Amino acid sequence: MRQDFQTIADWIPTHAKVLDLGCGDGDLLKYLQDSRQAHAYGVELSDEHVLACVQNGVNVIQRDLEAGLAEFASASFDYVVLSQTLQAMHHTEAILREMLRVGHAGIVTFPNFGYWKNRLQVMRGNMPVSDDIPYQWYDTPNVHLCTMHDFEALCERLNIRISERVVMTAGKRVRFMQNLTGSLAVYRFERR
Amino acid sequence: MQSVLALHENIVAAQTAHFDTPLALKSGAVLPCYDLVYETYGKLNADASNAILVCHALSGNHHVAGVYAAGDKKAGWWDNMVGAGKPIDTDKFFVIGVNNLGGCHGSTGPKSINPATGVEYGSAFPLVTVDDWVVSQARLADSLGIQQFAAIMGGSLGGMQVLQWSIAYPERVRHCLVIASAPKLTAENIAFNDVARQAILTDPDFHGGDYYQHNTYPRRGLRLARMLGHITYLSDDVMGTKFGRTLRLGSLNYGYDVDFEIESYLRYQGDKFADSFDANTYLLMTKALDYFDPTHVTPAISLAAALASARASFLVISFTTDWRFAPERSREIVKALLDNGQAVSYAEIVSKHGHDAFLMPDAHYHALVRAYMKRVTT
Repeated sequence: MRQDFQTIADWIPTHAKVLDLGCGDGDLLKYLQDSRQAHAYGVELSDEHVLACVQNGVNVIQRDLEAGLAEFASASFDYVVLSQTLQAMHHTEAILREMLRVGHAGIVTFPNFGYWKNRLQVMRGNMPVSDDIPYQWYDTPNVHLCTMHDFEALCERLNIRISERVVMTAGKRVRFMQNLTGSLAVYRFERR
Repeated sequence: MQSVLALHENIVAAQTAHFDTPLALKSGAVLPCYDLVYETYGKLNADASNAILVCHALSGNHHVAGVYAAGDKKAGWWDNMVGAGKPIDTDKFFVIGVNNLGGCHGSTGPKSINPATGVEYGSAFPLVTVDDWVVSQARLADSLGIQQFAAIMGGSLGGMQVLQWSIAYPERVRHCLVIASAPKLTAENIAFNDVARQAILTDPDFHGGDYYQHNTYPRRGLRLARMLGHITYLSDDVMGTKFGRTLRLGSLNYGYDVDFEIESYLRYQGDKFADSFDANTYLLMTKALDYFDPTHVTPAISLAAALASARASFLVISFTTDWRFAPERSREIVKALLDNGQAVSYAEIVSKHGHDAFLMPDAHYHALVRAYMKRVTT
């Protein structure tokens, strides 16, 4: 299981209504369904992932997240998850607003651009390539990479209250100088 | 892989079920008795839990899969979907195809003999609706000992029947596959249907629907109706690729005979259809399409409210170039189900084939149905 999934799952109580945006193969949904009896749906754009979700036995809706979440009624979910997808989205602010329109709480995970190994590579004069940002600059789906500071500043501006934050490097939690030592950030947030 | 030889070995035969319990139709009319012609594929298991009903669209019938005799060139209309080892695997499921009431392939319809008069029903045959079809299909299920379907599936007008099943008999269906369908027709769609009907109704050979007694047949009208319909089932894209402006004889003939390949194709399709279908059935089927609207009750309700009673899980599929039953229409169904918190998956298949795509073999489309059917327990 992907390293951020366990943290996300730990935050989600049993029988919660969960929407997973950019749900990939549906592995998190499957896990939440099996271990939390979650009432869960995923949203995916790629044919391949939609098929994988159907094979995985999870509900999946094919749509482009950039176009919003029109099919989903306001306040219809307990949690809306966006794991490792935020950095690949063009409409960053719009999706954060949509997440909190549709859900009571949002959970996002993203690679922390402020991680020291990333900074070091930039210092050396290269775009960073790492476990959590495993792409070359010319071949990356990522368009909006950010540091933890950047993300928190945006939340402040959008009137989003961050209720919990877990930061990890190579699957282990880091607690000290997280914007420097953490490679992957996991946030839970709500409307203020 | 299914070999051509194996395909031809799937020899099937139609059966007829007779019903003597009068059927009160939505229109208020009553059919005192009727026949339903149907086919089955695969074996019903001991607890009758592996049955799948396939609902047909406007011009379909009960002959969903297989052939009637070894060497038949033409297999059932959804033979690429239904059969041994196919997405709807008849090694696992017992599949039923039924010709709907009002049809012209064996079930009681306008060209059947009216027992009250001894001649064809013709104009006396009542308009039947999607709701009526579903009631009659449920009676067929009763007669076959099927309490609950593992799944009910259909494309286009067939998908509407699936929706109606989930509403009318929520406890009798576990999974619904609604493909290239819509919760109700748009004005544009009704408009197309009315032009088709007008072509038939104004044909001098129509005789108010009683052409059987006049020994005529509104062939011209039905042919035109089908030509128009056919245009709307294709996409601009596929017409462009398949025909473009290609000339039939290589040069313009400066007359009104066929110049372009597309004209030749449409005329051929119209001719073929007019020879094998019944004009009254075409009228009736298009009306059933127009009338279907689960929100049209008194007082009117939302689609979500209409579907609220459904207990089934849904797979909704649309096709990108389908403009007759566009993806947006499928999204309406999905949205209603999501509003209710019902189990639903939705896929939008990239296809150039327009509305007809639901009948075409497409690897991704078929893989999705196959994958979904894995979760359908028996």
